Amino acid sequence: MNDEFAPQISIEPERYELFEASKYHFDLDRRDFIKTFGLGILFIVPLSRTLAQQRGQEESGRARGNNNVPNDVGAWIHIDEDGAVTVLTGKVEFGQNARTSLTQAVADELHVPMSLVHLVMGDTDLVPFDMGTFGSMTTPMMAPQLRKAAAAAREILIAMAAEQLKVPPADLQIIDARFVNHDKSKTLTFAEVAKGQKLVKVIPENIAITKAADWTTAGSPATKVNASEFVTGRHHYTSDLKREGMLYGKILRPAAFNSTLVSVDTKAAEAIPGVKTIVDGDFIGIAAPSPETASKAVDAITVHWKSPGQPSNAELFDLLRKTTEQRGRGSRAQGSIADGLNVADKKLSETYTVAYIAHAPLEPRAAVAEWNGDKLTVWTGTQRPFGVRGELAEAFHIPEDKVRVIVPDTGSGYGGKHSGECAIEAARLARAANKPVKLVWTRAEEFTWAYFRPAGVIDVKSGVKTDGTITAWEFHNYNSGSSGIQIKYDIPNTDIQFHQSNSPLRQGSYRGLAATANHFARESHIDELANAVNMDPLQFRLKNIKDERLRDVLQAATKGFGWGNAKANKDRGFGLSCGFEKGGYVATCAEVAIDRSGKGDPTVRIVRVVEAFECGAIVNPLHLKNQIEGAIVQSIGGALFESIKFQNGNILNPHFAQYRVPRFSDTPSIEVVLVDRKDLPSAGAGETPIVGLAPAVANAIFNATGTRIRSLPLAPNGISTANVSPPFEHHQASAGSSSTL
Amino acid sequence: MARVTALNINGKKTEVDVDSAVSLLSVLRNSLDLTGTKYGCGEGQCGACTVLLDGQPTRSCVTQVGRAAGKQITTIEGLEKDGKLTPLQEAFIKADAMQCAYCTSGMLMSASALLAKTPRPNRDQIVKGMNGNICRCGVYQRIVEAIQIASGQQVAGLDPQVLGPQASSPTPSELRARLGTKQARTPAVPGQ
Repeated sequence: MNDEFAPQISIEPERYELFEASKYHFDLDRRDFIKTFGLGILFIVPLSRTLAQQRGQEESGRARGNNNVPNDVGAWIHIDEDGAVTVLTGKVEFGQNARTSLTQAVADELHVPMSLVHLVMGDTDLVPFDMGTFGSMTTPMMAPQLRKAAAAAREILIAMAAEQLKVPPADLQIIDARFVNHDKSKTLTFAEVAKGQKLVKVIPENIAITKAADWTTAGSPATKVNASEFVTGRHHYTSDLKREGMLYGKILRPAAFNSTLVSVDTKAAEAIPGVKTIVDGDFIGIAAPSPETASKAVDAITVHWKSPGQPSNAELFDLLRKTTEQRGRGSRAQGSIADGLNVADKKLSETYTVAYIAHAPLEPRAAVAEWNGDKLTVWTGTQRPFGVRGELAEAFHIPEDKVRVIVPDTGSGYGGKHSGECAIEAARLARAANKPVKLVWTRAEEFTWAYFRPAGVIDVKSGVKTDGTITAWEFHNYNSGSSGIQIKYDIPNTDIQFHQSNSPLRQGSYRGLAATANHFARESHIDELANAVNMDPLQFRLKNIKDERLRDVLQAATKGFGWGNAKANKDRGFGLSCGFEKGGYVATCAEVAIDRSGKGDPTVRIVRVVEAFECGAIVNPLHLKNQIEGAIVQSIGGALFESIKFQNGNILNPHFAQYRVPRFSDTPSIEVVLVDRKDLPSAGAGETPIVGLAPAVANAIFNATGTRIRSLPLAPNGISTANVSPPFEHHQASAGSSSTL
Repeated sequence: MARVTALNINGKKTEVDVDSAVSLLSVLRNSLDLTGTKYGCGEGQCGACTVLLDGQPTRSCVTQVGRAAGKQITTIEGLEKDGKLTPLQEAFIKADAMQCAYCTSGMLMSASALLAKTPRPNRDQIVKGMNGNICRCGVYQRIVEAIQIASGQQVAGLDPQVLGPQASSPTPSELRARLGTKQARTPAVPGQ
C-alpha cells in the first residue's frame, strides 16, 4: 500500500457529519515542543494533501507559523530518553480498537514490539488537530500518516545510530527495538540514540511505507493493547474520574422539547447545605457534594415551563414528506426513467420507512470540568475533541487556547457522541461553583436529550424485464440521508435523490448513517423485483452486478451460508443482501425462524447469519471480525425492534425496560468471512458491516411467510399486518416484547 | 436516617459513613473510589453495575447500601488474587470479548457467579445466566466463548487465531518496569 491510493477513497459529504472547522489556530514553537515532550527526538508528520483538503482551505494544524514546522501537522511521534515511542493523534478510542490498529501500524514500520508504542489520543493540548473519529476514516487516513511518520523516523534513527556507532547506515537494522550491525558486534538502544537530544525533525512527504504483503505486526491478530486495564476495572472512563474538591452536577430538564422557562424558585434547593444552584436563561443546574444531594436539590426546585404542541409518531412519515425539499440533492440522473419503465415487463412502486433509533452507548454522556483561572479543562467522551473545544470556547466566549478537551478511552458512541452538550453543562456548573464538577447523564437523559438516527421515508419505483434485467431505478430518500444511496447494479435509467426534511426530533450521526436505511430499501426492493420475475435472489443480483468486489463478497457469503441448499417453509426463511459503503463491500445471508406458538402475532428469531466483508488489506483480522460481529448484533435492534416513541415533545420509552436492545438471547450464530485484498488500500470497518442485516432479515421473513415488511423495525411485536405497509397510522408504544428477553 | 458504618468489600472490612438508603453503586464509586463497577441505567436493566453479594450477582444500582451491610461484597477490583488475573479475566482477553469494554466489569461479575454455580455451563445456560447484561458493542458471541474457555471447554467454531499467540497487553506499570522508565510516559502539559 502506498499513498497514491489515498485520493481514491472518497468521503461522501453527509450533512450529519459535517461540522464547522475550528476558528482559531495557535502557534507552538520549538521550545514548547521540548517543554511538552521532554528531551528526545520529535518527528512531525506533515498532513497529506488529501487530508488537508478535507479540512478545508481555511483549516490548518496548530503548529503553523514556525519555520521548522509545516503548516499542516498530521501526527507527531516522539522517542523519549528512555527509548519509549509516544505517538500523538487526534483520533479517539471508543471500542473500535483504533488504539490497537494504529499501534500495530507504528510498530510495523518502526520494527519495534507493540508494547513499546504508546498512543496519546484525543487530548487537544497535546495532539495535532483532527476533525474527529467518524466516517471510518482512521484506517484509510490516519494509519498511512502514522506509517509514514514511523518509516521516516526509522530511517532517521538508523542514520543517527550509524553516526554514533561509526558504521554505514546500510549496515544497521532495527531488531526488537535495538540497532544492530551485520555481525551483531555493535548495538545501540533507542534510549542511547535519543539521550540528551533536542531534535525536531520534519518528515518528508514522499517517504515509502511498507506494502501490505510485507507487513509483520499489522495483518496479524492482536488483542486490545490495554485489555488488562479493562478486565480489572482499572481503566478510568470519564465517568470514573475524580478531581480534588469535585462536586456532582445535575441538570433540571424542561418538561418537553422546545420549552421556555416561565418561572423558577430555587430557594428550597439553595437551603440544602453545600448546594449551588445556577439559573442562566433556560439552563437550570445544581452542583452538590454528592449525586444524591444534587438529585434532592433538583427535586426541591419549583419550575414552570411553557411547551409548544409538538408532533408524535403518528404523524412522523407524513410530516417528513410534507416538510421536504422538492428538488433532491446528489441527483445523478442517467437515461430516462420513463423510457426504462416503458421497456419493462414488470413495474414496481413501493415505499419503505425507518424509525428514529437511539445509540444508547452503555456509558452515557459524561464530563468533568475544571477551571484554573481563565483556563478550562474538560474530560469528556466525545468523537470530536476539537469540535467540542470549539463549542466550549463559543459557549464561554473564550479563545480556544484557553480550552483543553481530553478524551479518555470511552464507553462507546456509534456516532452518537459528536456533540459537546454535556461538556458545556459541566463547565457552566464548574464556573458557577468555582470547583471541578462531574456531570454524568442518566440513562433517561441519554435517551431523551442526545440525538437520534434520522427516521426516513424512501420511495422506490422500478422496472424489470422477464429475463431479470433491471431497466429503471428511481429512488427518493426523505430525511434519513444520502450515505449508501448510490448503487452498483448496472441499470441504464436511474434517478437517485436525497431530500432533506424538517425533523421533529434532534437527529445526527449514527454508525453507518443512512446507509442502513438506503440498503434496507434497495435490497428489499431488489428482492421484490427478483420475486416478480421468479428468479433466485442471488442469481438476480449476479445478473445485474458487474462490480467484481461486490460479486466476490456475494459469492463468499452465499458459499459460506450454503445458499440454496435448504428449502424454506412457513417457519423458516432465508434472505440475502449486499452493498458497499465507505470503501467496504458487504454481503449478508440470514436465516430466520418464525414462532407461531404464542398467543399474539408470530415472532421472528434470527437463527444464523453469514456475512462476507472486504475492506482492502486487513490490518487486524481479530478486531475486524469482532467489529463485524458487533455490527451484526447491534443491527438486530434496528432491524427487529428498536424504535423511539415520541409524543408532544416527550420521549415515551427512555429506559432499557421500554426500549429493547439486543441481548445474549437475540444473538444468532454468526459466521464472518473475511476477504483480504492485500493489493488494495485498507478501508475502515466500523460502520459498513452494519448495513446488510436488516434487508437480509426482511427478505428472509418474506421467504418464510410471504409477508413483505417495508418498515424498520420489522417486528417490534411480532409480524403483524400493521407492519406490512408503512406505518402512517399510529402504533402503540411497545413496552414489552413478544420475543424472549 | 439509619447510617451504615462498615462494609465487607473484597475480603476487607471497610469503614464508611453513609445513609443506608443510598445505592451500593454510589457508595462504591463515589465514597470508596471503586470505579470498576459502572453505571449504565440505574434501573437494574443493563447489568453494568453487577457485584456479588455473598456470591449472588446483584445489581448495585438498585440495591440500597443498607442491604449490603454484613454481607461479603465482591467487586471487579476483588477478582485478581495477588496481582494475578483469574482464568475468566484471561479468557476475556484471549477471546477478545470486549470492544469499548464498559460492560466488561459487569459481564465478568455475572460470569463469575455463573461459573461458581455451574462450573461447565452449556450455551443455553450461559445465555440464560448472562441475559441481564447488555453489551451495546455486541460481543455476546465472544463472551460466551470466553466463559467456555474459562470453564475448560472446547470452543466449537472458535477462530484458531484467537487461541494463537497473543500480543501482550502490559499495564503501564509493567511497561515502565520493562523499560526501566521511572515516570509516567504521558508528556507533561504546557502551562500546568
